[in-house]
Amino acid sequence: MDFTLSDEQKLLKDSVDRFVAEKYGLDVRRALVASEDGFSRKNWETFAELGWLAIPFSEASGGLGGGPVEVMVLMEAFGRGLVVEPFISTILTGASLIEALGDDEQKAATLPSVIQGEKLIAFAYVEPQARFTLSDIITTATADGDGYRISGHKAVAFGGDSANHLIVSARTSGDQRDKNGISLFLVDAEAAGVTRRCYGTVDGLRAADVALKDVLVGPEARLGEEGDTFATIESVVDNATAAVCAEAVGVMDSLHEQTLEYLNTREQFGVKLGKFQALQHRSVDMFVACQEARTMTYVATLSLDKPRTERIRAVSAAKSHIGRAGRLVGQEAVQLHGGMGMTDELAVGHYFKRLTMIDTLFGNMDHHLERFAAAVYS
Amino acid sequence: MNLDYSESEQTFREEVQNFIRANIPATIKAKIDARKKLTNEDYIAWHKILYARGWAAPNWPTEFGGTGWTPLQCHIFDEEIGLAGTPRVMPFGVNMVGPVIMEFGTDAQKEYYLPRILSCEDVWCQGYSEPSSGSDLASLKTRAVRDGDQYVVNGSKIWTTSAHWADLIFCLVRTDTKVKNQEGISFLLINMHDPGIDVRPIITMDGGHEVNQVFFEDVRVPVANLIGEENKGWTYAKFLLKHERAGIAAIGSQKRQLNRLKEIARAEQSNGQALIKETRFRDKISKAEIDLMALEYTELRAVSAANQGGVPGTEVNLLKIRGSEMQQKISELLIEAIGYYANPFVPDSFEAGWNEEPIGPDYAATLAPEYFNWRKSSIYAGSNEVQKNIIAKMVLGL
Repeated sequence: MDFTLSDEQKLLKDSVDRFVAEKYGLDVRRALVASEDGFSRKNWETFAELGWLAIPFSEASGGLGGGPVEVMVLMEAFGRGLVVEPFISTILTGASLIEALGDDEQKAATLPSVIQGEKLIAFAYVEPQARFTLSDIITTATADGDGYRISGHKAVAFGGDSANHLIVSARTSGDQRDKNGISLFLVDAEAAGVTRRCYGTVDGLRAADVALKDVLVGPEARLGEEGDTFATIESVVDNATAAVCAEAVGVMDSLHEQTLEYLNTREQFGVKLGKFQALQHRSVDMFVACQEARTMTYVATLSLDKPRTERIRAVSAAKSHIGRAGRLVGQEAVQLHGGMGMTDELAVGHYFKRLTMIDTLFGNMDHHLERFAAAVYS
Repeated sequence: MNLDYSESEQTFREEVQNFIRANIPATIKAKIDARKKLTNEDYIAWHKILYARGWAAPNWPTEFGGTGWTPLQCHIFDEEIGLAGTPRVMPFGVNMVGPVIMEFGTDAQKEYYLPRILSCEDVWCQGYSEPSSGSDLASLKTRAVRDGDQYVVNGSKIWTTSAHWADLIFCLVRTDTKVKNQEGISFLLINMHDPGIDVRPIITMDGGHEVNQVFFEDVRVPVANLIGEENKGWTYAKFLLKHERAGIAAIGSQKRQLNRLKEIARAEQSNGQALIKETRFRDKISKAEIDLMALEYTELRAVSAANQGGVPGTEVNLLKIRGSEMQQKISELLIEAIGYYANPFVPDSFEAGWNEEPIGPDYAATLAPEYFNWRKSSIYAGSNEVQKNIIAKMVLGL
């Protein structure tokens, strides 16, 4: 057992921490959120140059062969800086699915350009009726010549606004929630029949609802075996879930630090707020929540290569726990800042909003509580 | 003991319901139903409708234009107004400064201000908090220096709701700096259109604009605008705070929110069934409903005691704490209910003129901003920490 970073991982951490500290102040982020793309293409190029976009991919795919720990290190720092670049959508879901399921030709056509920062990919898998159930899919892909005709509606596809390609999950057979019969397709975001409704999100990201109407794709668009992709989707999403847990840890640590600083600065009744025992105890509760969130992120991250049930047990435990811990830390951070915590001007509100929305990502605390229970007690 | 409303109270409730139904303007009703932003004009319009019926200030004495209703009738009225989701009557005039003027104002002040508050001739706002004086309100620094028959006011107030709409502000100002904090405060009425006043918006994290910072630079205020005695303002301020917190549990609007939560949980799908059928989520709704019941009947115990002639006491602090916590809890469950569709943020869609197709279900768009916005309720009107200090000291004797 070992919870320390290797020297190489420490170097990565230093590098991404430095980037966030130097290049990602709240004002910079505010400008990015308001910009046309909603993020910085220049930052994305920097990510590519520094090799961050290559981290999770194998050397055979042109990647660096990094593992979940390297991703965790990156994501924690991204959380600390409230980074808006589409790393989760493009790297952790989009391109990761291509690496897991694509044939050599498909990989060669996409992965190098993703790793070089030229191409963006979004995973369009949520449906309006599906809530957090990955296999709840109405979108259909029916055989058409030697290709497919795809129709359906995909909801809240993060990064779907700027993506060049969408990975669309669609049903080639089976009933609405069957795990069998789900296929994945790499669809050009500009293809005929694809209509994207793009919007900002409450936490400053971008997403799109995607309407697909008789979108025709060739057989080369299909990733993996027809109707047999669920296990891979689930595994990739678990990896991404552990990564957003790490992001949440970065957000939470920052919120706690901001709050401590406020308690040590703001005076009422002639003393620093931090002198009030009631507030001290609440700050300690935040500290405990941050510590346990970090622990659970380690547990999830280090269980990603384990057999399915063990993996689910760890990832869902972490996501559920962090849902609760994050709520406590976010709400207390705002409360302890008083009126200032409510403002758009201060950073705390922005961190609070991101932390709140992380709970909806890849399933909220209740979803993962249920998934944990089903995995452990069945 | 008896848990039920009397027959006449039931009849009264129906009368209120019928009045609201028949008189809420269609344009305002449409905005409420679609959760669009209400304008100052909407609030004023609804206030004037209530005024025409004689219901603008239910809890005022009849001599000043009140209704003469019992405390229980006032509660029923508030509950029905909340359940209907009508624009609230802005509390700053009717519920806050009005009672202070009645209790401590001169005859001239009563004659001038009270009818105008009642008819909504003037829109009011509250000048209490300052950048350095939040929970420690008595440390406020905005100065009023006497100069002949005027005060010259300098300083700044913050978190001022509706300052951008207001005609008048009631202000706590420091008139003596040499005495204990509480003993050098005066209560002053200031015209918001006077020279030297600058209102700057504060945008909250939900993107909304409700509160402001108000700056005073050499604002000249007639001494006639002083309430009561100079340096006795703290007494009036505390009197007002009790009124501010009364009714803050907002039972009616909380029930409306709970109903909304149930509707959404019926409409949302989870694993092929309505979300409300999932035990895990249904338990959360049930707990919220039970907590709301506990809050409602705790309030009703106080209201009922007042109905029988009792004097309202420190229960307002308890109601403020639990009321704000419940508002926050229900708003939390509302965003939980809608899953991924809590994410999209299209601020234009909150405006009345916007009529594009919503993203996701039509009930989703405002829920996350509402949740963010409701975090204010455990901070404003005396933070919940301050309320707990008051209960610990005044009720428990700690």
